[in-house]
Amino acid sequence: MSDMTAEQKVKFYQKGTFTAGNRLVDQARRSVQASMERSNAITSGHRACQGCGEALGARYALDAAMRATEGQLIAVNATGCLEVFTTPYPETSWQVPWIHSLFGNAAAVASGVAAAMRVKGREQVRVVAQGGDGGTTDIGFGCLSGMFERNDDVLYICYDNEAYMNTGVQRSSATPPTARTATTPAVGPEPGNVFGTGKNLPLIAMAHNIPYVATASVANLHDLERKVEKAVAIRGARYIHIFVPCPLGWGSASHDTIRIARLASECGLFPLFEAEHGEVTGSIPIRRKVPVEEYLRPQKRFAHLFKDGGGERIARLQRMADANIKRFDLLREAEEAPL
Amino acid sequence: MFEQIEGSQAVAKAIALCRPEVICAYPITPQTHIVEGCAEMIRTGAIQNCEFINVESEFAALSVAIGSSAAGARTYTATASQGLLFMAEAVYNAAGLGLPIVMTIGNRAIGAPINIWNDHSDSMALRDAGWIQLHAETNQEAADLHIQAFKLAERLSAPVMVCMDGFILTHAYERVAIPDQAQVDAFLPPYQPRQILDPADPYTIGAMVGPEAFMEVRYLAHDKLLQALSVIPEIQQEFKEVFGRESGGLFHGYRVEDAETVVVTMGSLAGTVKDLVDEVRENGAKIGVITLCSYRPFPLDGLRHALQGAAKVIVLEKSLALGFGGVLAADVRTALHGRDTHIHTVIAGLGGRPITRKSLARMFARVERDDLKDPHFLDLDLDIVRREIDNQRSQITAGPIAENILREIGPCGPKAV
Ligand SMILES: Cc1ncc(C[n+]2csc(CCOP(=O)(O)OP(=O)(O)O)c2C)c(N)n1
Ligand code: SF4
Ligand SMILES: [Mg+2]
Repeated sequence: MSDMTAEQKVKFYQKGTFTAGNRLVDQARRSVQASMERSNAITSGHRACQGCGEALGARYALDAAMRATEGQLIAVNATGCLEVFTTPYPETSWQVPWIHSLFGNAAAVASGVAAAMRVKGREQVRVVAQGGDGGTTDIGFGCLSGMFERNDDVLYICYDNEAYMNTGVQRSSATPPTARTATTPAVGPEPGNVFGTGKNLPLIAMAHNIPYVATASVANLHDLERKVEKAVAIRGARYIHIFVPCPLGWGSASHDTIRIARLASECGLFPLFEAEHGEVTGSIPIRRKVPVEEYLRPQKRFAHLFKDGGGERIARLQRMADANIKRFDLLREAEEAPL
Repeated sequence: MFEQIEGSQAVAKAIALCRPEVICAYPITPQTHIVEGCAEMIRTGAIQNCEFINVESEFAALSVAIGSSAAGARTYTATASQGLLFMAEAVYNAAGLGLPIVMTIGNRAIGAPINIWNDHSDSMALRDAGWIQLHAETNQEAADLHIQAFKLAERLSAPVMVCMDGFILTHAYERVAIPDQAQVDAFLPPYQPRQILDPADPYTIGAMVGPEAFMEVRYLAHDKLLQALSVIPEIQQEFKEVFGRESGGLFHGYRVEDAETVVVTMGSLAGTVKDLVDEVRENGAKIGVITLCSYRPFPLDGLRHALQGAAKVIVLEKSLALGFGGVLAADVRTALHGRDTHIHTVIAGLGGRPITRKSLARMFARVERDDLKDPHFLDLDLDIVRREIDNQRSQITAGPIAENILREIGPCGPKAV
C-alpha cells in the first residue's frame, strides 16, 4: 500500500460508483480483468443466471490467481452453483486444471493436491479450493478447519451468496437474519431467518491463526484482485471470503449485482478487511455510509421488512452493521484512496 | 526375509516397499497400528519422498487421497468400521473418478451397539461402490495383496480395498516373508497416470453428467471391475514369478476336487475351516473349502465352475444383511443359479464372537444330516433372543436393543449365566 500512496497522489472518484475507474489509473495498475491477457479461467458459455455474482467473483479471483502464479494453478471445486453451471458434461468453462469431488470435501481434496505437488517437487504449482457458503461454512467446515489447522498450502475461496442456491435457495449458516429463503419463509412472528444465529467464517478462520484471511466483494475489483494476489504470494493456509450477490436467490435485478454488493459494504453489513496470523491488518473504510435500508430494499428476500412491523428488525440489522463499522473502524478518515 | 511380525506392521512394511507418495489417515481400531507404522517409517526415513497427512476425519482422509491421487501421486490410506461408513460418500466418489487409491480395511463390526471386534459388515456395506475388494486369509497374504493392489489399481485405474480381519490378522504375530525392495521394484513400476491435474494440460475432472451419458459411464465402471476378473489372476501369476509365492487371485480352493460339501468363506476364518476339513475328512466326509480373495469383482463363473461337483455348499460368512439374510450367500446363490446344489447360509462371528472348531464341527454334522435351518446363526443364544422377542410382543418397546435386553432380561453372555 505504501508504494501505492507514493505514486497515487490524486484521489479520483468516478461519479456514482465511487471507485477509481480503470482508465484513470496507469497501465501497470489496471485490473487483471481489464487486461487483454487475462486468462479467462472461466470462459464464456457457462450456464449461470444473468448477473450471477458468483460467476463474476470466481472469474475475478481465478484470473488474478492465474496472473499471480503465471498460470501454475490447479482449482478444486465443491458442489454448488459454480460447479454445476460451469461443467455441463461434455462441456466445461474451465481453462485451468479443475477437479470437483464432493460438496463437503473441497478443502481436503485441495490438501491432497498440494501434498502431491510437494512430493512431486512441483511447488510452483499453487492450489485454490473454492466453494459456496453452504459448502464452506456448513458441510465443508470440518475439512476446511482441518486444512487451516494443518496450515496446508491451499488458498480457499468462499463465494458467499448467503444461502444454498443450487438446491433452490435454502438457509445456510451464512444466511443473514431476516432473509427469506425457502426454508426460512417470510411468515409468522419472526419472518425470514432468525436473529442470533449463523457463523462468521472469516473470524473463525482468523482464530486458526492462519497466515492470511480476507473478505472481498465483487463490487471492489481492485481490492479483490489485490487480496488474491497477496494470498497467492503466501505459503500455508489462506482464506478469502467473497461477497457475491445472487439475483435469483435474493430477488434482485440482474443488473444490480454490483450495486447491491457495494451497498452491502457501504452500509457496514459486509465489512472488507484482511488479517494476518489472526490479527486484523487492514480494512476498506466506508466512503459514503448508507443506511441498511438502502441495501435491503432492492432485494425481495427482505421485502417483508418494509411491511408492517419491519422497522424494529431493520433497526436490529442496522445495529449489526454499526457493530461491524465500529469493530473494523470503517468510518475513519480514508487516509488514501485504495484502488 | 522372514520376520516374526504383527500383521499391521507387515502391512506397513509392504506399503513402504510400494513407494507411496501420499499417506493420509485417521485413527480407528483395529487399523491404527498400520498407519502408526507408516508414520514412523516416514519419520525415520525408511519411507522416502512421502507426505503423511494427519487428517481430521475419515471423510477427509479419503478426500485428501482423492486430491493427491488425481494429481498423480501414489496414495494410500486405511480405515475400518465406523470410519469406512464416515467416508462412504468419498468411497463412491474415488471409484467414480477412477482413482487408483489403495486402502486397507481392518474389518470390524458396525454399531450401534458400538463394537470394535471383527466381522465383515463394514466392507460389505460398501461392496457396490466400484472398488475392488480383496480379502486376505493370512498376514502373509495381507502383505502380498497390498503390493499387488497398487499394480491392480494402477493398471485398471480403479481403487482397491485390501480387507484383513481386525485383530485376528491386524494384531496377530506371525511369520511373514517381507520382500526386498528390488523385488517390489521389479514387480511394481512407478505410477504413470493417463490423466492428472496439470497446468500444462488443463483438464476438467468430476463434471456433472446427465441422463444422456450416465448409464454409459456406469456401465464402463462395471465393465472395469469385470476386467479385473482376468487381471487379478494375471497379477497373481506375475507376483508368483517375482516372489515365488502363491498369493491373491480370485479364490483359493482347498481339497475341493472330490468334495461333496464345500464351505465358501472369506478371510482369516479359512484357516480354522481348513484345519477342521482335515479332521473331518479323516472320518470319511468329503468336504473342502473355497476362500474368496476377490469379493468385488465377484467371480461368478469361476465359482460356478469350482463348485460343480458339490452337492452341498455352506456359505460361512461374517456379515448379515438385516431384513434379508446372508450377503455372501446371496452372491453364491447367484453363481449357482439353476443348479440343484443345496446351499446353506451360516452367519457367524458377528462383532467378534469366536468361531470355534467345536461349533463348526457341530454345524457340519447337522449339514450332513440335512438338519440345518436356513439361515443358521452359529452359536446364537436362542434363549436370550426368544425371551426378548416375547417381551417385545407383550409390550410396545422403543429404544436401543442392547439396553432393552439389559432392562428386561439382564446381561447376556457366559459371565451372566
Ligand atoms: C452431501 C451432499 N448434501 C447435499 C447436497 C445437495 N447440494 C448440492 S449443491 C447444494 C447447495 C450449495 O450451496 P452453496 O455451497 O452455498 O453454493 P451455491 O450453490 O449457493 O453457490 C446442496 C445443498 C449434495 N450435493 N451433497
Ligand atoms: S442461482 Fe444464484 S448463484 Fe446460482 S447461478 Fe443463479 S445467480 Fe448464480
Ligand atoms: Mg450459497
